[in-house]
Amino acid sequence: MAGSAARKKLGKKLEDGIVAGRIDAKSAEQNFADIHPPMGDHEALVASDRCYFCHDAPCVTACPTSIDIPLFIREISTGNTIGAAETIFEQNILGGMCARVCPTETLCEQACVRELAEGKPVKIGLLQRFATDQAMREQKQFFPRGKASGKSVAIVGAGPAGLACAHRLAMHGHQVTIFESRKKPGGLNEFGIASYKTVDDFAQHEVDYVTDIGGIDIQYGKALGGKLTLDSLRSDHDAVFLGMGLTGVNALGLKGKDPEGVEDAVDFIAKLRQAKSKTRLAIGRRIVVIGGGMTAIDAAIQAKLLGAEDVTICYRRGQENMNASPYEQELATSKGVTIRHWLQPRKIKTKAGAVSGIELEYTQLNRGKLEGTGATTTLVADQIFRAIGQSYEDTTGGTLKLNRGRIQTDADGATSLDGVWAGGDCTDSGDDLTVTAVAQGRDAAEAITIALNA
Amino acid sequence: MADISNNFVGIKSPNPFWLASAPPTDKAYNVERAFEAGWGGVVWKTLGEDGPPIVNVNGPRYGAIWGADRRLLGLNNIELITDRDLHVNLREIKEVKKKWPDRAIIVSIMVPCEEAAWKSILPLVEETEADGIELNFGCPHGMSERGMGAAVGQVPEYIEMVTRWCKANTRMPVIVKLTPNITDIRYPARAAKAGGADAVSLINTVSSIVSVDLDSFAPQPTIDGKGSHGGYCGPAVKPIALNMVADIARDAETANLPISGIGGITTWRDAAEFLALGAGNVQICTAAMTYGFKIVEEMISGLENWMDEKGHGSLDDVIGRATPNVTDWQYLNLNYVTKAKINQDSCIKCGRCHIACEDTSHQAITSMLDGERHFEVIDEECVGCNLCVNVCPVEDCITMEQLPAGSLDKRTGEKVKKDYGNWTEHPNNPTVVAAE
Ligand SMILES: Cc1cc2nc3c(=O)[nH]c(=O)nc-3n(C[C@H](O)[C@H](O)[C@H](O)COP(=O)(O)OP(=O)(O)OC[C@H]3O[C@@H](n4cnc5c(N)ncnc54)[C@H](O)[C@@H]3O)c2cc1C
Ligand SMILES: Cc1cc2nc3c(=O)[nH]c(=O)nc-3n(C[C@H](O)[C@H](O)[C@H](O)COP(=O)(O)O)c2cc1C
Ligand code: SF4
Ligand code: SF4
Ligand code: SF4
Repeated sequence: MAGSAARKKLGKKLEDGIVAGRIDAKSAEQNFADIHPPMGDHEALVASDRCYFCHDAPCVTACPTSIDIPLFIREISTGNTIGAAETIFEQNILGGMCARVCPTETLCEQACVRELAEGKPVKIGLLQRFATDQAMREQKQFFPRGKASGKSVAIVGAGPAGLACAHRLAMHGHQVTIFESRKKPGGLNEFGIASYKTVDDFAQHEVDYVTDIGGIDIQYGKALGGKLTLDSLRSDHDAVFLGMGLTGVNALGLKGKDPEGVEDAVDFIAKLRQAKSKTRLAIGRRIVVIGGGMTAIDAAIQAKLLGAEDVTICYRRGQENMNASPYEQELATSKGVTIRHWLQPRKIKTKAGAVSGIELEYTQLNRGKLEGTGATTTLVADQIFRAIGQSYEDTTGGTLKLNRGRIQTDADGATSLDGVWAGGDCTDSGDDLTVTAVAQGRDAAEAITIALNA
Repeated sequence: MADISNNFVGIKSPNPFWLASAPPTDKAYNVERAFEAGWGGVVWKTLGEDGPPIVNVNGPRYGAIWGADRRLLGLNNIELITDRDLHVNLREIKEVKKKWPDRAIIVSIMVPCEEAAWKSILPLVEETEADGIELNFGCPHGMSERGMGAAVGQVPEYIEMVTRWCKANTRMPVIVKLTPNITDIRYPARAAKAGGADAVSLINTVSSIVSVDLDSFAPQPTIDGKGSHGGYCGPAVKPIALNMVADIARDAETANLPISGIGGITTWRDAAEFLALGAGNVQICTAAMTYGFKIVEEMISGLENWMDEKGHGSLDDVIGRATPNVTDWQYLNLNYVTKAKINQDSCIKCGRCHIACEDTSHQAITSMLDGERHFEVIDEECVGCNLCVNVCPVEDCITMEQLPAGSLDKRTGEKVKKDYGNWTEHPNNPTVVAAE
């Protein structure tokens, strides 16, 4: 075939630059479908049969929200799926999302005794999804709103931490007002999690399910920091819970302003999550992602799924240091992403104002300290994503004590300020997991209730 | 290669695996497929009196219970004896026997409890040149309501009487099939022997209701809103059958009465266990109904390989070998002391042994050691009961270790005696008369 005719046939597939329409509607649907399709009834029965109903089960210890896993799985195996859902929601009201997004391979399923026995853990995450999906489909609400306590609590942020806290507070009868800076609830469940982990607008359905308990008022477009101050919240409410996550993004630390075509991975993902049509989303032909965590992986995979030809993750340390689990890394490579180690960005190359490549320096460890070697290599790229971590941005007027750059909290989520609790990513005890944010929101609600009843 | 050819009361078959009288043996079509697959013999589905054939229900006739992964563990049926015309059956039996002279064909019979009825059917069966007959005194449902099957099998006098009629009216070997739905299997076996039976076969199915439909509140299988008790068979009944076989094999009165072992046999290993307890051959129904006739290949090869490995040349080297080791509780050696031992390398730390022992038994397994999850037997508490071994999901992870004579049993604080000592001579036994 003549070159130009062949090119025409390929459409925009091989066009340089950041362009839309690299994939057609059919591929978009396939590429972004549920990565772990839900279990059918028979599959769930077979999978639940494998659970040994362990005593003091290690999987429960490994779950940050301590779901009674052997009990809910036994309930599934006896045909009591609704009872299973109640067991899950009792500990984790966002059990539906957690079932989709938890890196189970490093949590409950890693601890499962059958992982030790034969390298094949009980499929706890998928079973959890099986049960919670059914209860949510049937709109079963298990926990009534508590008798009015007369107390009101302000929550900042409608992410997993804020929602879990709100639900538990409502169970105890407190009136809850959530102040959310965005126009939509869910936090990173809505704007951050990879699309193929939470399809069909699940994050919004889940928010509806959680707030159905009543007594939770979400005010959108209300950000702490401007007119809304922590002081005003403290004086208008009996307690305050902060769950605003991380809003800052670490910079690459290169000289000058990053040119067009260099973007925060989280912004790219948020755009993708909100896009009505994936085919109309512009994406580069050759992409470099800087970072080594879940965000880098998710950005790289989704870029690939949008039709980018070459996607390379560059991480400045070795594979064993990557925050992304081996499972996540494997997922990325199976989708055709290249992962390179011991490389750090040095200079972004441009042509006519647009990104044309990136110069990277090889790194090494010198007595435990990472250092550049001076040797470099250059990768051709028309789009670069920054994914080297998010950071806490203070919007409380600097009144809270920080620890390692995040809000300092005690085991109950209490901050250095009286009457103010915090949980999730914005705290020093968060570990950038949805399930941990849920656990902390829930536990803070219990601590707040004890304080308010005192 | 071990010789597994079988001679049961003079009936020869190339192997000891017979299909029990049931749907797999109801027609020439099935039986020929079975012979092609390698089965050594069949007991033809039970024939009834001449005349209009009996009828079966037209709704579901089976119910079941399942284990993990929906493995069929127990089957329950409310089927009756053959519902095909007597003469069609007889003609087919004759044809098949002619075609397969090296295979055993036994004809199962159930007619009313009158000598005339037996006298009239026996010559017809003899004419087929079948190798023998089996008297169905076992069917626990339907036929028993009409005074046949288990209704006869539950009354030793009737068994003896009918067996005697048959022996008087035919030259064919007579096998009496026993029902397990009695309190002591030795009585019907003794009656069969007294009547002159050449052998007994057991067990037939166990009276049962397998499940209740919680929407319609009716037993299953459900026929138009009602259910009836059925006959239970399959892997779940094997322990019951083994015990009954052993009871007959070691009863002084029936000690030499040949036994065809039936009940839950699913693998070569099950079959070998029946043979070891005294069965001269085995019959199988549910396993074939679950997996088809091909399973006999696994049974034949498994039995042969095991016999080769252990140096057993023929079935006679195996049959009855375990019978002398079945004894009464009172003769068990009370000076045989064991302790459970957990192999820490294969333990997967599920904690089941701990919780079983802690909640329901002797508090003899730890759950923690120095703040770590750790399961270990506390010799001071372990009575050697074997519960932990049975609940542990990993084979051979917990073993029962015998304490050598002379060593200290930390639970009792006493040295283990080296002599055999049983209950009949134990000081706590009130019936023991002091030697002095
Ligand atoms: C790309 C990406 C992928 C991820 N994938 C996974 C995964 O697969 N599995 C997993 O377990 N975890 C994953 N995580 C981490 C997980 O999403 C977070 O740990 C979790 O969402 C933290 O919950 P949160 O409630 O603390 O914060 P967030 O989810 O960030 O929610 C904070 C909320 O507060 C709002 N807010 C912020 N500032 C203000 C303000 N000043 N005033 C009012 N409202 C404000 C925000 O709009 C947001 O709605 C991922 C994170 C990212 C970035
Ligand atoms: C559907 C069905 C029908 C049966 N019909 C007869 C029968 O007609 N005559 C008989 O002697 N036993 C009958 N039995 C009992 C079997 O022969 C056998 O004794 C019993 O099923 C136990 O063996 P198993 O566990 O291998 O199935 C029947 C069993 C089943 C499952
Ligand atoms: S919440 Fe997450 S970690 Fe906990 S059991 Fe469910 S899937 Fe596992
Ligand atoms: S560790 Fe595995 S087998 Fe044990 S209870 Fe948990 S899921 Fe079940
Ligand atoms: S039951 Fe077996 S595997 Fe489980 S803790 Fe006990 S010894 Fe270990």
